[in-house]
Amino acid sequence: MTESSRSPVVLWLSSRYENIELAMAALEEVSRNSGIENDMEHWIGMALREAVANAIKHGNRQDPEKRVMVSFDVKGDDITIRVGDEGPGFDSGSVADPLAPENQLRPSGRGIFYMKTFMDLVTFQNGDGGGGTIVTMTKNFKNKKP
Amino acid sequence: MNKNVTVRDAGDVKVLDLKGKITIGAGDLHMREAIHQTLAGGAKKILINMKEVTTIDSTGVGELVGCYTTATNKGAKLRLANLPEKINDVLTVTQLITVFDVYTSEAEALEGF
Ligand SMILES: Nc1ncnc2c1ncn2[C@@H]1O[C@H](COP(=O)(O)OP(=O)(O)OP(=O)(O)O)[C@@H](O)[C@H]1O
Ligand SMILES: [Mg+2]
Repeated sequence: MTESSRSPVVLWLSSRYENIELAMAALEEVSRNSGIENDMEHWIGMALREAVANAIKHGNRQDPEKRVMVSFDVKGDDITIRVGDEGPGFDSGSVADPLAPENQLRPSGRGIFYMKTFMDLVTFQNGDGGGGTIVTMTKNFKNKKP
Repeated sequence: MNKNVTVRDAGDVKVLDLKGKITIGAGDLHMREAIHQTLAGGAKKILINMKEVTTIDSTGVGELVGCYTTATNKGAKLRLANLPEKINDVLTVTQLITVFDVYTSEAEALEGF
């Protein structure tokens, strides 16, 4: 395989939930080209779904004119996925813990927890000038799942 | 009825067979509608058969939690059966597996319901 086939893949998606499947299709392709096995792809895909869903829902508020950027970058045995939106940004440090007893029966608030559970490292950055959120998630795909 | 939820009777138990993806913008609302219809019809025992579910996300998990709360508030009992391993893992890491009444098979779930 040539180096260029492993260079970053970048998608720009209109903010519709059905486009989550396009991001998943890209992950499938990247996984096949990079030797990421099926089970591992499933867990990375779960984190990807959550990140893109949040970008569409909380970031771009389902405005189809606003775009979600998704990029995949494989280096060695690490895959790095970035998901960016054009929303207001948020403070990831003040998100409630879904495992706290008082939150256990809440109907929402588990997405970021799933991202952190299924990836090795998840960081959030607010875009320049206060606009947008970029989520960066990395996983060593040769390690066993947590 | 919706494409990824079908409802059938097993004695006095309403069985909901879920199929495919229970994810945001896809199967998430179908499950809620089906549960609400079933409860509105007076059902007191609901079994959700997860055997054919391939993927669930946080929205789908939230829907399950919401259905559980709604059923409980209406005096109905809700059980889950046939969780595929990955779906089981998703409920386990958020410690919901202990909240739900989970059975390995439909027969087991129906017994003594
Ligand atoms: N891209 C984003 N832009 C703005 N706010 C965000 C973004 N991602 C997450 N948030 C904020 O963080 C909160 C927690 O996100 P998380 O995915 O954990 O839960 P949720 O989306 O509210 O519910 P769930 O994912 O369980 O359906 C959100 O409610 C939202 O306030
Ligand atoms: Mg979310």
